[in-house]
Amino acid sequence: MNFLPELALSAGLLALFVLCLGDDRARWARRVAGLTALGVVVAAAATLGREGLLFDGAYRVDLFSQLLKLVLGAGYGAWVLLSDALPDVRPDVRAEFYLFATVCVAGLVTLVSCVDLVALVVALELSSFPLYALVAMRREAEGRRAQMEAAMKYMVFGITATGILLFGMSYLVGFTGTTSLLEMPGRLEPWLDEPLVWVALVLTWGGLFYKLAVFPFHFWTPDVYQGAAHEVAALVATLPKLGAAAVLVRLTALTSPDSHALVVLLTALAVASMLYGNLIALWQTDVKRLLGFSGIAQAGYAVAALVAWNEAGYAAALYYLTGYVFMVLACFVVVCRVSTDGANLAVHELAGLHRRAPLLMVTLLAGVFALAGVPPFVGFMGKLAILKAIWAQGHVWLAIALVINSAIAAYYYLVLVREACFRDAEALVPLPLSPATKGLCLGLIVVTVGLGVAPGRVFQSLSDGVVATLGARPAVPSLVGPSAPGAPNP
Amino acid sequence: MELQFSQETVPVLRVLIFGPLAAALLLAVLRRESWIRAGALAATLALAVFSLKLWWGFDRATAAFQWVERARWIPWLGAEYFVGVDGISVCLVLLTTLLMPLCVLCSWRYITSRVKEFFVCLLVMESAMVGVFTALDLVLFFVFWEAMLIPMALLIGIWGGPRRVYAALKFFLYTMAGSVFLLVGIVALYVRTGTFSVPDLMLHRFDSAFQSWVFLAFALSFAVKVPMFPLHTWLPAAHVEAPTAGSVVLASILLKMGTYGFLRFCLPLMPEATRQWGPWVLGLSVVAMVYGALAALAQSDLKRLVAYSSVAHMGFATFGIFALNPEGIQGSMLVMINHGVTTGALFMAVGLIYERLHTRELDRAAALGRQMPVFAAFLGIFALSSMAFPGTNSFIGEWLVLTGAVRWVGSEPAGWMLGLLVGFIPAVVLAAAYNLRMLQRVAYGSPQNPDHRGIPDLGLREIAMLLPLLAAVVWIGLHPQPVLRMTEASVEHLLRRAEVTCVGDGPSVASRGPVPAQTAFRPQSTGRGTGLAHEKIPGL
Repeated sequence: MNFLPELALSAGLLALFVLCLGDDRARWARRVAGLTALGVVVAAAATLGREGLLFDGAYRVDLFSQLLKLVLGAGYGAWVLLSDALPDVRPDVRAEFYLFATVCVAGLVTLVSCVDLVALVVALELSSFPLYALVAMRREAEGRRAQMEAAMKYMVFGITATGILLFGMSYLVGFTGTTSLLEMPGRLEPWLDEPLVWVALVLTWGGLFYKLAVFPFHFWTPDVYQGAAHEVAALVATLPKLGAAAVLVRLTALTSPDSHALVVLLTALAVASMLYGNLIALWQTDVKRLLGFSGIAQAGYAVAALVAWNEAGYAAALYYLTGYVFMVLACFVVVCRVSTDGANLAVHELAGLHRRAPLLMVTLLAGVFALAGVPPFVGFMGKLAILKAIWAQGHVWLAIALVINSAIAAYYYLVLVREACFRDAEALVPLPLSPATKGLCLGLIVVTVGLGVAPGRVFQSLSDGVVATLGARPAVPSLVGPSAPGAPNP
Repeated sequence: MELQFSQETVPVLRVLIFGPLAAALLLAVLRRESWIRAGALAATLALAVFSLKLWWGFDRATAAFQWVERARWIPWLGAEYFVGVDGISVCLVLLTTLLMPLCVLCSWRYITSRVKEFFVCLLVMESAMVGVFTALDLVLFFVFWEAMLIPMALLIGIWGGPRRVYAALKFFLYTMAGSVFLLVGIVALYVRTGTFSVPDLMLHRFDSAFQSWVFLAFALSFAVKVPMFPLHTWLPAAHVEAPTAGSVVLASILLKMGTYGFLRFCLPLMPEATRQWGPWVLGLSVVAMVYGALAALAQSDLKRLVAYSSVAHMGFATFGIFALNPEGIQGSMLVMINHGVTTGALFMAVGLIYERLHTRELDRAAALGRQMPVFAAFLGIFALSSMAFPGTNSFIGEWLVLTGAVRWVGSEPAGWMLGLLVGFIPAVVLAAAYNLRMLQRVAYGSPQNPDHRGIPDLGLREIAMLLPLLAAVVWIGLHPQPVLRMTEASVEHLLRRAEVTCVGDGPSVASRGPVPAQTAFRPQSTGRGTGLAHEKIPGL
């Protein structure tokens, strides 16, 4: 029974596969995908709190994994609702579109449970390859082959990143003689001062930084966002990042913050990501490219949380990315619905949205202000949790860099708000929304506000999950109440 | 928690914080514009009447927080739902709730498009503003503080004037940039003490370097909001472009949040840093007074004129706070309230002119008083109040601040202090100049005046919205004791805290450890500078 979410996904995948054998099954495929998402959510909720070790200790079911599966399932369901008409996907592959997306989610759902390096790589690839294909599935327009360039870039970078990841893992296995992440911490302990271990870990991180779009593994991000169909970009931008963060947490927990070089490196990457993403985003005129660069900056915030190197930081990173999934989906709903023909959307094309579709405007406001970290939206609570975690460990300058970056970022997020709320367009064609879209918009608004105003349960479960899954490490008292007594003077 | 809080059965503050939010949700489902207007008025009026409970039920003898509500909110973060009012905040809460019905009234005809969204924004603002003044938990405070930005930016950006987009963005970015440092300060305090609760934080004493950094982080954010001199440039833009109700809310309430922040957080939590950086704030305050007045004198746009006069008035408020004596702080509280009343009224008056002439140019409005005698009478009294004419409310406030300033100089005279004191002279004279210039133009004009025939005088609704403010001007002007008595105990307690933790380098009560709550919160009826409200104020 512990395997229920995966079973639900497998059943959905089989059904989708059979559907894809026929023609013009896109609508049915969407329904099946939606049902699969519902199945994953229900199954993950039903198995919440169960514990188990499957497949000779390669696959661990616990609060951590089931909670993330729940979020992945919910995000996937929202994404299926978001992918409605697929105007810019070739009509003959629209059913396969859902099949590939579901395969990707299946990869991610297994990824969060993997505690063995081999299983982990397989799951990671399972989630990556369908995305390469999805990026290329955009309809070919006259004189535009951006989707092919994007897909090639995504794939080449992806495969390189996987190569780096495998290279790093080979060292880790060489040091410890095991591929099990459960046994590795103990065996790695005596080697932790060895620079070669740091190299191994940094290389392994690299593969995941690619998924998360952290500097310097970010190069694919804006091009893929721009080149892929909106729906694909929405998928690439959200769920894989949560999966990557889950693995990053496991890998980071292998070491200790005593390895000063690693701390410095991670801090530098976080700051570089934030600065690079935010500064370049200031100049963007294409909404999706802007979201791409903003994604690089947001990945920097998540990496910053890891620098705390304790459960509070890991939980903050996962909580932030959980919120991030829904904030970005809120933005992409607007992109998908405003660009009715699937063409890329320039920032100024959002003008007049407050008259064309007020609900979409409010959804965009929720998404954008959440990304900017304005309360009462989830982005604020996430940033507060990150700030608290890293400050408690004495990383004062990183915290200050983070808030300065949120101040910079506020500008380009406001540009979106300016266009959507304050500007009027010449031709104000009303945008009718289907009931499903309205429901999705309301749901995303409620989630972004709800996670921000009442995050207690979610965060508590996440941190319990992190503490439980990292098992061997002692529970950290700084989750509640005052933290490390030796917090330095700013 | 051994703090003594008075408990009430009716959760007054909860109603005042969440009532407007609930009303906003209700309005969102209404369809007819007339119902929406009436609903907004009914909701704000009901809340205003309800909030009078705070006035009648407030225990003026104690500095303790009253109507305290405390509940778990986000345990893992250490954040609580913790609200309460003391003498400092209760006045500002009342100012907020009592002004809101007037804001609804002055938008009655002014807002013609997207009426529902406008009143929803206004009510959400009310929620957040009451929240800011009552929150006793730093996270809760910050959430309200920032949450206010969104509806305010929308008010300016959607219903504002021609350059509304620029003004809204500037307002948002300035405030946001300031408040990220506030967030850093909050996190720093938490990591040091393990609590976000303001009364608990007051029991801690921090070393001076830490105080200094946190003070700067907080002060930067509050200085943007006040706004203090070099950071004030968002204010004229936002005021000029905002719709009337937006300007009123901005001037009367939002600006007070900065000074309130200084009083609530900087003074009691970082007393040493307050002393250390105080002279800089005092200097900037005097610059703001003179500069604001000079800039106001040069304006030809009525709203810009009133906006710059706000900069000058808020200079008095910040000066009073950092003079660090009872006269100064009570005067500053009074200046805040008076500014809320008078400047709010002036913005409404400008809005009335704009509704009639569709311009705010001073020259185009010349000699309007001939057609609108009732309006001219109102404008005259508010202009007199703005220049602190004896008998009006602002006189008392500025007079107290001046007394505080003189006393501050008297405590340890130095040349630069006298220099600052001299700065009051042009500030007061110029205030008379720009107000009389405006009044003279609008009421009498020059030999060549634009033709204003056929322009109607004030209607009943318009009189109804100016009359309460006029009453406040006269009431506080002639009989300020009730208001002063509200703040007295809290101000006194605030100052004692600042002194106890600051005096000398020797071991003080606080440096030996946390102050026992009872001593910290028990009001004292004797001592230096007390009983101000009971004394007869010289000069009256």
